Amino acid sequence: MIPLSAYVAVSAVLFATGLLGVLIRRNFIIVLMSVEIMLNAATINLVAFSHYLEAMQGQIVALFIIAIAAGEAAIGLAIIIVVFRGKISTNVDEMNLLKW
Amino acid sequence: MAFVFFAYFAVVSIVAGILTVALKNPVQCGLALLALLLHVSGLFVLLNAEFLWAVQVIVYAGAILVLYLFVLMLLNLKTDDRYFHAKAPYLLAPAVIGLAYLLFLLVRSPFGGSRGDASTAAILINGDAHAIGIKMFSDYLLQFEIIGVFLTGAIVGAIVLAKTPKSIETRRDS
Repeated sequence: MIPLSAYVAVSAVLFATGLLGVLIRRNFIIVLMSVEIMLNAATINLVAFSHYLEAMQGQIVALFIIAIAAGEAAIGLAIIIVVFRGKISTNVDEMNLLKW
Repeated sequence: MAFVFFAYFAVVSIVAGILTVALKNPVQCGLALLALLLHVSGLFVLLNAEFLWAVQVIVYAGAILVLYLFVLMLLNLKTDDRYFHAKAPYLLAPAVIGLAYLLFLLVRSPFGGSRGDASTAAILINGDAHAIGIKMFSDYLLQFEIIGVFLTGAIVGAIVLAKTPKSIETRRDS
């Protein structure tokens, strides 16, 4: 029997990896991929607790997370295409048009 | 036996996550992300969430990742962008120490709580998809509708954002 803390530990390591990716990578698409890693870590957590506490709610919320990830990917990639069309690179440090 | 599978899925998903963050070529990052998503779906099977396994493979690996790879190929990104932030080495050591402490706390904690009514035996009578469907279309119907509206808005917004803008002259002509 695998303990629940093993799943939570895997999820924590994955979340930290995604957070590190958001912090250190400058390519916008890679930053979005790191966000997907963090969403997956949260999903593992929810499903693991749903299994060990014998409740269905965790899997429902995991489905909602997958739907939100789909919406986030669509909007984020559309923004990348718009920005790239204006001949700005995908470096997140150079996208500062809305900064005040 | 289950422990062997768990160790395999956990180790490969963590390694694939690190590769996604560390590789230079964005297409290789996307492929590492694909490996991560597939092995996370393997973890779902170990947790008796077969419906989520199918959704993860179809939606994540099949739709979202293809969208990422499509945009990567469309933009034809060079890898000459600045690779690491200038302050990344200073962030690394505190992050590793904090994560090690967090893991130490997680492995030690017992994680108890009140049990719900969906035990493994109760789910296996009609299957995982049946259990999720009954729950989602009774208690979580409003949230389901909100997610539907959200996805519609996201699709319309993506189309409006990515559409090629017409210049003013052609708009006057038509």
